[in-house]
Amino acid sequence: MSIFPVLVEVRLRPGIADPEGATVERALPTLGFAGVHGVRMGKAIRFEVEAASEDDARRTAEELCLRLLTNPVIEDAVIEVSPPPGDAR
Amino acid sequence: MTARVGVVLFPGSNCEHDVVEAVEALGGEATIVWHGAPALPGIDAVVLPGGFAHGDYLRPGAVARFSPVMAAVGDFAAGGGPVVGICNGFQVLTEAGLLPGALQKNSGLKFLCTMVSVRVESTNSVLTSAAESGQVLRIPINHFEGNYTCPADTLAELRDQDRVVLRYVDNPNGSTDSIAGVCNEGRNVVGLMPHPERASDALLGSEDGQVLLRSLLAHVPALR
Repeated sequence: MSIFPVLVEVRLRPGIADPEGATVERALPTLGFAGVHGVRMGKAIRFEVEAASEDDARRTAEELCLRLLTNPVIEDAVIEVSPPPGDAR
Repeated sequence: MTARVGVVLFPGSNCEHDVVEAVEALGGEATIVWHGAPALPGIDAVVLPGGFAHGDYLRPGAVARFSPVMAAVGDFAAGGGPVVGICNGFQVLTEAGLLPGALQKNSGLKFLCTMVSVRVESTNSVLTSAAESGQVLRIPINHFEGNYTCPADTLAELRDQDRVVLRYVDNPNGSTDSIAGVCNEGRNVVGLMPHPERASDALLGSEDGQVLLRSLLAHVPALR
């Protein structure tokens, strides 16, 4: 078994209104940031998964996202599984 | 026999006593059920009250749906038992998959604590059977995440099946189709953002919530 660091980015699904992102975007020009578009707010969640392989770790993370970390009605997730620390790959 | 309403107390619920008071004032019996309870013995109806169950961490209702009592609430609902989720309770029911859709941050990004007018759109549910279709009720809202949203096909289904039970007269939070409350296919599970228990006495500024709670109490003997 190895420990795999996982980073999950929880995003609002395309087409779901994002009032928080829209507010940030509207504030940007007043701060002098011109030409910044498409601001979407989300969440980043880090954890470690003990698993036999990277594939197993990914499967666990996927199930965790589906059951708890996202609400599939409005959100989806991008999952990034890293090699175990110290793994010389 | 009076209806015995179980009001679920999650860590972070804060409207459970208001619901108990309002139910008892209408002649029902009410008992608080801890979220760790594995079963609902002797309960005729369940209310998931408002508040911030489990701190609303991650998303409102996301952690509460895994509270032990929710399995029993799911079984109770599947057996036709009346279940009502008010505000945070509505959020818990959507997260638990007992009601469709989800509740997002209000479109104006403001926490709204105000009296609103809602229209009874369907009287065919455990919470609206004693009301009249088209009746306008003044009931307060108190939420940050009350912006009802659902996929287009779900919305079409809700409309076709007459499952939108309450709509805001003036949409305060950006809810899709001004939806303030919906029910499940069996019409025995209802979720709503307004707080009928806070409009249950003239002293509170409105008694309009009574008709909803009375529907719930009246519905119980009909089930037996």
